[in-house]
Amino acid sequence: MIAGAPVISLGAVAIALLVSLEAQRRGIRRAWGRRFFQHPLAWFGIFMVTTFVLLAIAAPWVTRYPPSQPLDIIALQNRPPSLLHPLGTDVYSRDVWSRLIYGSRVSLSVGALAMLLAVTIGALVGAVAGYMRGGIDAVLMRIVDVGLAVPRIYLLLLAVALWEHLPLVLLVLIIGLTGWFGTSRLVRAEVLALREREFVVAARAIGGEPGRIIARHVIPNVLTPIVVSAALGIGNVMLLEAGLSFLGFGVQPPTPSWGNMIADGAAQLATAPWSTLFPGLAIALVVTSLNAVGDALRDALDPRRYRVGDA
Amino acid sequence: MNDGALLVDVRDLVKHFPIGRTFLGFGPSRGAVRAVDGVSFSIAAGETLGLVGESGCGKSTTGRAILRLVEPDAGTVRVHDIDVLSLKPRELRQARRRMQIVFQDPYGSLNPRMTVRQALAEPLIIHRLGTRKEREARIGALLVEVGLDPSHAGAYPHELSGGQRQRVGIARALALAPEFLVLDEPVSALDVSVQAQVLNLLSDLKEHRQLTFLFIAHDLAVVRHIADRVAVMYLGRIVELGPARVLYERPRHPYTTALLSAVPVPDPAVRRSRLVLSGDLPSPSSPPAGCPFHTRCPHPQKNERCRTERPALREITPGQLAACHYAEQPL
Amino acid sequence: MNEPLLSVRDLKTYFVTERGEGIARAVDGVSFDLYPGETLGLVGESGCGKTVTALSLLRLVPEPPGHILAGSVIQYEGRDLLGLTPGELRAVRGAEIAMVFQEPHASLNPVFRIGDQVSEAAIVHQRLSRRAARAKTLEMLELVGIPDPARRIDAYPHQLSGGMLQRVMIAMALICHPKVLIADEPTTALDVTIQAQIVELLERLQAELGMALILITHDLGVVADTVDRVVVMYAGRVVETATTRDLFAHPLHPYTEGLLRSVPRLDDPRRRLAGIRGQVPAATGWPAGCRFHPRCAYTWERCVADEPPLFERREPGTRDAGYARTARCWLLEEPGRRDDRHE
Repeated sequence: MIAGAPVISLGAVAIALLVSLEAQRRGIRRAWGRRFFQHPLAWFGIFMVTTFVLLAIAAPWVTRYPPSQPLDIIALQNRPPSLLHPLGTDVYSRDVWSRLIYGSRVSLSVGALAMLLAVTIGALVGAVAGYMRGGIDAVLMRIVDVGLAVPRIYLLLLAVALWEHLPLVLLVLIIGLTGWFGTSRLVRAEVLALREREFVVAARAIGGEPGRIIARHVIPNVLTPIVVSAALGIGNVMLLEAGLSFLGFGVQPPTPSWGNMIADGAAQLATAPWSTLFPGLAIALVVTSLNAVGDALRDALDPRRYRVGDA
Repeated sequence: MNDGALLVDVRDLVKHFPIGRTFLGFGPSRGAVRAVDGVSFSIAAGETLGLVGESGCGKSTTGRAILRLVEPDAGTVRVHDIDVLSLKPRELRQARRRMQIVFQDPYGSLNPRMTVRQALAEPLIIHRLGTRKEREARIGALLVEVGLDPSHAGAYPHELSGGQRQRVGIARALALAPEFLVLDEPVSALDVSVQAQVLNLLSDLKEHRQLTFLFIAHDLAVVRHIADRVAVMYLGRIVELGPARVLYERPRHPYTTALLSAVPVPDPAVRRSRLVLSGDLPSPSSPPAGCPFHTRCPHPQKNERCRTERPALREITPGQLAACHYAEQPL
Repeated sequence: MNEPLLSVRDLKTYFVTERGEGIARAVDGVSFDLYPGETLGLVGESGCGKTVTALSLLRLVPEPPGHILAGSVIQYEGRDLLGLTPGELRAVRGAEIAMVFQEPHASLNPVFRIGDQVSEAAIVHQRLSRRAARAKTLEMLELVGIPDPARRIDAYPHQLSGGMLQRVMIAMALICHPKVLIADEPTTALDVTIQAQIVELLERLQAELGMALILITHDLGVVADTVDRVVVMYAGRVVETATTRDLFAHPLHPYTEGLLRSVPRLDDPRRRLAGIRGQVPAATGWPAGCRFHPRCAYTWERCVADEPPLFERREPGTRDAGYARTARCWLLEEPGRRDDRHE
């Protein structure tokens, strides 16, 4: 509980603003940077995401009250936004702002880590399948076909049903392990085209082994679909986590996550909407921002338009 | 030319590319493109063999098959008495030190994300040759040898011109000090003025390092300039093979004659008769029966035998071979 | 001597570059004339501006990033093409001046039959009915030497080979009997035996239809075979013009001389090819003074300081005494320096 929390919050926003402006200033020096920032929401997306990340990091200093501790069970139950509680209090008399910020830590990190896991597996599988072709490719792609055909939500529900209280690590693992199929297809397509490029054949000619060639020649040149997948993937994962938590299967109370915050406040939608509305808005804002960044990246990095070279 | 010992010997090389596969990717294929359909030749140490032909004749595939960058389906390849096709992966990697390749496309043959230094260091690192300092020295020496300034080592490919990139490609091929070099259309993508520079460079390198070349190209004038002997390919087969001068002045196969007469001479004062072939190249997945060239052959003695019997590559005059039933009476 | 059909004066086409490297002066003051019925060769290596010149003639340069500067003049039969309204320009394109591009695969729409694509020009410009246009198309396909045209007219582009497609492109360009055909590297993407067929076709068509042909190429062999007069370009400018015979026998500009000494010839092997040292400069930074001076074998102080104008030289007593030879080189003012050749 720090008195200066509002000041520090504003400070975080200001830093985010500066960082975004600087990123734009540096970005437009490169061709792809200019194309990126031409996208209507690209800058806003970067600003929003940076803001939330900074606030999440500075959670202890931007909040006055601990997130999971009921404050004054009677007096502070379902209070509307006020000076002391900028986003009001929820049905259990907890400060919504505080829960939102601490909740963002959970949502953002689950999002980022699960995405990282998914993209890494997807990229590796796609690169190996595309480069090695033949039997390995066939087997891997049939697995991907199955993975894409089964609705992800059922896989997740199946997994979470097996555990009473799901530890966060397991949640990340499960979401990650069910989300790499699409990326692998994208990467494989790029790799199939890439492997016929002469510099890849040249690497074989000088004696390179497949592992080295994939690591040093293939992957660095297929970063585009990987990066775009990653940016768009986080948003997806966050929605998934929110959904699972909302249903009661994801992050367990009292640990806040935006998903279970929405669940907690759902019953009070008519009388005390703020406890559901704000986490909902937060999810919408962050996911939209991430999607905007992902979209802008995809267009900016499109290899057909991004041609290094001369006249 | 040196002692005349055979450095490279290729016998009955075959490579077919299957078209489409049945049964979810695991079944048999539905026909094949016969890219290389029984090719045999040899190259003496210190010699340059030119391999010419139009697009789709299989010359590029032949070059890559010799180095096993494409796995041949049949045949034997001996380089310096090593049976290349029977080597195990580790032995093959070792053998690659002695035979290298230079590619056509200066834009595609270098990794756009690697500097020149990294590209040249890679073969040395893979084969664990030298310490970091020694490698750096070797890279500098290689750059100078191909006519580039050592300061180019830090550049990325997109910062260099086409000619410069091609020189880097040549330097990379020479890094392991090979004896045999396959050059796959090394100057086709370059402007005329730069092409001449690179051709001169290749001649010099060949002399200084005593290299043996397999020079693959579609430009007959370029090949004439640099090759000792020439092989002409059509639809995956060699139709004529012989010393450059003899082949260019007195070709024995009608396709060679047509090819030569189609090449425009940059001199309006030279008038020559143009022998223009009719029709298009048959598809390599279904070559004609008998002689593959018979559908377009303008030879006056063309007859039923050409349509049914495939002519063997046989010696017409000492050192000159042709696959034509009527090679004794050339056009 | 008759009046030129097409007259280009001081054409300048510049491009704004994306990477903030300034302006690429791709075509920087090009002038030449095209007379009825002749074959004019526009020759140069990559980066010299010949393709951009051709695209500028029909105003096909994408604007932005390119744009043709004011002051450029392209006169066709007395009218300034750069001053035409879009409607008037469309009437000229295809009907009066037609163009054939380098990559036949890329220039034809893969989802339409070739017959329909060839007919389109006739329908638009000559307002023919579908049936009449189809008949005309059949005629053209036969004219360009497509075997079995009645069947091929309904084929899709992917069913034809490169050589066939190039013939289709030519048919498409010629169906309205234009007076000028611009062929941009029409044979570069083709095999040499097919190239010979296409070259022979262009010659025949030109004789039969009496049209003028601008042939853009880097291949000096094709130039020697087919072209009447040559315009040599370097670094966005014209550096030499001459009849083909004069150019090959006696080049005036060191760049032309260098090119001729760099081309390997079938009939003259084993002489060491000269090459031209250095490489083509980027269009964003043409060298000061004479643009060729960093690579020239005759450079002296004057070349570094001042860019030479295009000098004219009339050769008396030659067959083509009507056409002046030109060359953009100080050697024409100081011919003694030709003896000071240094590598």
